[in-house]
Amino acid sequence: MSTLSIRDLHVSVDTDGGPREILRGVNLDLNSGETHAVMGPNGSGKSTLAYTISGHPRYIVTSGSITLDGEDVLAMSVDERARAGLFLAMQYPVEVPGITVSNFLRTAKTAVSGEAPALRTWVKEMRESMTNLRMDSTFAERNVNEGFSGGEKKRHEILQLELLRPRFAILDETDSGLDVDALKTVSEGVNRSLNSTDLGVLLITHYTRILRYIHPQHVHVIVAGRIVEEGGPELADRLENEGYDRFLQDAV
Amino acid sequence: MWRFSPVEKISRIVESELNGSRLDASLSGVTTASASLDWIPNSDPRVGRAGLPEDRAVAAAWESAPDVLLVTISGEQSSEIVLTLSGLDRGPSAVHTLIAVAPHAVATLSVRYSGKIEACDVVEIVVGEGARCDVTFCVEETNDSVHVGAHFAQVGRDASLTHSLVVLSGGVVRLNPSAQLDCAGGSVQLLGLYTPGDHEHVEHHVYVNHDAPYTHSNVLFKGALRSSSSRAVWIGDVLIGEKAAGTDSYEQNRNLILRDGARADSIPNLEIETGDIVGAGHASATGKFDEEQLFYLQSRGIAEPEARMLVVRGFLNEVAQKLGAPSIAALVDSTLDRQFSEGISE
Repeated sequence: MSTLSIRDLHVSVDTDGGPREILRGVNLDLNSGETHAVMGPNGSGKSTLAYTISGHPRYIVTSGSITLDGEDVLAMSVDERARAGLFLAMQYPVEVPGITVSNFLRTAKTAVSGEAPALRTWVKEMRESMTNLRMDSTFAERNVNEGFSGGEKKRHEILQLELLRPRFAILDETDSGLDVDALKTVSEGVNRSLNSTDLGVLLITHYTRILRYIHPQHVHVIVAGRIVEEGGPELADRLENEGYDRFLQDAV
Repeated sequence: MWRFSPVEKISRIVESELNGSRLDASLSGVTTASASLDWIPNSDPRVGRAGLPEDRAVAAAWESAPDVLLVTISGEQSSEIVLTLSGLDRGPSAVHTLIAVAPHAVATLSVRYSGKIEACDVVEIVVGEGARCDVTFCVEETNDSVHVGAHFAQVGRDASLTHSLVVLSGGVVRLNPSAQLDCAGGSVQLLGLYTPGDHEHVEHHVYVNHDAPYTHSNVLFKGALRSSSSRAVWIGDVLIGEKAAGTDSYEQNRNLILRDGARADSIPNLEIETGDIVGAGHASATGKFDEEQLFYLQSRGIAEPEARMLVVRGFLNEVAQKLGAPSIAALVDSTLDRQFSEGISE
């Protein structure tokens, strides 16, 4: 079993008006096989947490630690983190012109597993995952995220999750902008990974609707850069009914 | 316009005694089309139909080469025909080629320039009514080469031409393509791909003249500047004349700067004399790596040098995928592999 451990994490970003602190002491432990939801209103620092774990250069860790089974994640480059087993499904995946999905996926798979996948089984695996995610087979020959609809981008993120088989996946607002059918398809993909591997999931979301399909054991509420309440699935139900108002008043 | 050019190096060639005698020329790959090579005097009425010299280098080529190599293609053939010119390593040379594509012909032609070349070079391409022609020129010359010249195309009624200039290496390469769309329904695609390395200068002045109704043009030039001493110049002029109602036109140039110190000048110009057009646009962008693209690839485990290489290859693929001549497409692929094989460090 692996553990991704976040301790007293403080993170700033540079703005025109100088550095601005966004995360102000976040603590969280995520074990293999667990699903944790991190919920919070806009601007609470949810996405900052996701990008900081992945190592995006915009986010500057001023204190605290992130470790993966004791290994210092913050000392790793972005690609080293991925090879160590961390995966970020992005809210806004960028276009990479001129690189086909199939070329990209094979290159990424080779990078994370340290060797090129056997061609025949790889193609079969890719087709299966694509069919499961209701992606047309022509998708593989399109350029990465170029001209993809919002739903296609999210499916493509989950396709990578299924094929790259990370130890921990951070899903950054994967539910945003999806209609009900796409949300179901994408959630099924996540659940397939949860059931077939020992994946740990950090599900970052504003809304509770994705929690109808992906069931977290733990729910953390983040407001103004701090986790202000933690609990089981019942906490999500309470947020569904009450919203974030009660926390926002406290924060003011 | 010479203000961006290494005039000293170019003058050395242009002002020297140019050898304009006939070269060894051959065609290969001709199967279903018919194609022939002839030498005709430059006083022949067929010469100069697609354009006349406007600068000294081209004038020098025009004057110094008394004989023009005439390539005539008729019939239909979609597979590649290769035109080989031997002997261009003979010292400062003048070369004048006229490619005449017969009405309703279909042809794909490629020309390669390699080794040390010092040349003033004129290519005329006359595409007959209803013909479809794809011509690719690929330059992989030495660092001490100087290759200047112009390509003049004239596109017939309802005909289409794809013209590609690929410059993989060469000390000074200044090749200026132009297209006359003076027959209704004519269509041209002008493509360029270049990857200048150490002390290499690549320059293209592109001119498209829409001078008849329902003409179409698409200009796309992309370059990756590999060295801090790499230099690229692109000037794109599109003129949509009064007679060119229904024109659809787009031109763009994009440069990726891989090393600090490299310089790319990019100037798109568009002049429109009629309001009755379908579209006219231009775009130019020169920049370094997109950090978000690199982050995306790295977040999938791909190490930074390889991620940079993928981004460059992807950037150039937009043009590379459109190259009509398979032999040049393969050469581009293997050359880019080699040029970017070690990955790209910052």
